[in-house]
Amino acid sequence: MSFVAYLTSLNPLKLLGNLPGGVAQGLIWGIMALGVYITFRLLDVADLSVDGTFATGGAVTVMLILAGVPAPAAILIAVLSGILAGFVTGLLHTLLGIPAILAGILTQFALYSINLHIMGMAPNKAISVDKYSLIVSSRYIPLAIAVGAGFALVVIAVMYWYFGTEQGSAIRATGANLAMSKAQGININKMKVIALALSNGLVALSGGLMAQYQGFADINMGRGAIVIGLAAVIIGEVIVEALFKKRLNFAVRLGFVVLGGVIYYAVVVVVLWMKLNSNDLKLFTAVVVAIFLAVPYLKSKKKNSFAKIAKQNAKLRAAAGKGEKDA
Amino acid sequence: MLEVRNVFKTFNPGTINEKRALCGVSLTLKDGDFVTVIGGNGAGKSTTLNAIAGVWPVDAGAILIDGVDVSGMPEHQRAQFLGRVFQDPMTGTAANMSILENMALAYRRGQRRTLRWGVTKAEKALYHDKLATLNLGLEDRLTAKVGLLSGGQRQAITLLMATLRQPKLLLLDEHTAALDPKTAEKVLAATDKIIGENHLTAMMVTHNMRDAIHHGNRLIMLHDGRVVVDIEGEAKKNLTVPDLLAQFERASGSEFSSDRALLS
Repeated sequence: MSFVAYLTSLNPLKLLGNLPGGVAQGLIWGIMALGVYITFRLLDVADLSVDGTFATGGAVTVMLILAGVPAPAAILIAVLSGILAGFVTGLLHTLLGIPAILAGILTQFALYSINLHIMGMAPNKAISVDKYSLIVSSRYIPLAIAVGAGFALVVIAVMYWYFGTEQGSAIRATGANLAMSKAQGININKMKVIALALSNGLVALSGGLMAQYQGFADINMGRGAIVIGLAAVIIGEVIVEALFKKRLNFAVRLGFVVLGGVIYYAVVVVVLWMKLNSNDLKLFTAVVVAIFLAVPYLKSKKKNSFAKIAKQNAKLRAAAGKGEKDA
Repeated sequence: MLEVRNVFKTFNPGTINEKRALCGVSLTLKDGDFVTVIGGNGAGKSTTLNAIAGVWPVDAGAILIDGVDVSGMPEHQRAQFLGRVFQDPMTGTAANMSILENMALAYRRGQRRTLRWGVTKAEKALYHDKLATLNLGLEDRLTAKVGLLSGGQRQAITLLMATLRQPKLLLLDEHTAALDPKTAEKVLAATDKIIGENHLTAMMVTHNMRDAIHHGNRLIMLHDGRVVVDIEGEAKKNLTVPDLLAQFERASGSEFSSDRALLS
């Protein structure tokens, strides 16, 4: 197929048709990203349990709805199961002294089996919007966008409130400076556990919504969730940096994290529309996230590097050598 | 106010890096005592403060604050009794939080962190007034991130934070050592003022003999994990650096010359 033939085969209308679905998914993943934001940005811990909790949220929601539980109650219980998973990660980390990143990996690993048990040992469970009353579905995309945005707004409002309270401030202090927090009487272990639990609760909420949206829960639906969450957080922050430069209201910043999720999924829709291999999506995402994570480091290194002073001195030497010749 | 009873601490016991840091430190502070703590490198000055603060559990002995045995309390619980300022200006404050937020965190030292608002309007006025007493112009920069401030400014804020809620004991661990001499002097002056105005009981570790003599009402010297000199009242007022060096030499024996440079 020639390049021209490839270009003419791309249908702009199809892209427009697919974008709303991407927005809906982006909003749901944006809620997940808000959970990641709590651990990654506020607590300064990379929590990998989220890959497991996302699927747990989906599995619990779908199984409960299949069992006749109303969808809102099902999703609430999914959130609680996510909180419990985060609690376990927190205890592994604080009570048993396992490094946070490993504690998350252990929880995620264990959740694979637990999620299978939840789904009756099936790798996936379908749930039809025809038979059950669901909160969101890809069948009704405008509604799904409204519901996703609604959930995101409520979560942002609650986070804005909570992280302004004494307890929320203590969590932020724990993420910012452990020694100072302890000296100010903050129980840092307790704060870490609370933050991990809340974060995973949000991730499970997102997983529960996603399972309903796509019409099934899958044992692998959370694979790489942490990377997508990070991508959303980073995209959101880059936009904030570019547009506003400096300080910004916390709620607005959280809004941009959700927007980061939406942009990520819009890009995914475009990539798929361009008929690129969807199996390469994870590679593409990983590269993008790696680049953005590296930018702050490389920026500081540019200002402060051995190579720079070496170059500078070489220049001076060359100039001096030239001067001697002239004289 | 503070009673340290025969406290022992060995780091890395049973290894090649074994370090017997505290070998029976005993010390009683009366209400309102301002004690300066000196000693050579590895004498146990910071270790003593850390033992009191509960950074780690001691091996043996007891630490009583206001009659309460706090030896079994973890650091964050002991914080209700203690105000602390560290050597590193970065340690005492959260860089990516505002001056206001840092102060508010300190204002709640020793209290339950509830779901009430983290900073109230009434507090802002209080912090504004407190910061104004520092004469650093920080009272007009309440919403500035602490990370934007200089080391001296951060130490001054940490000092204020440590005393915002009256501590039973103020622990100053070489809190001016990382500052340039001029700034160090300012922070020391602020220290004297805050301790005097609030009638605080305080311990100040310092490497500087002159500072140790000119501040506080009592001076103790540590050597090899023990208190070897304890001078107070008139005797301390009349102390000179040569006196102190002589005392130090007597207390620590002959292997002293290398420490002299550190103490000058």
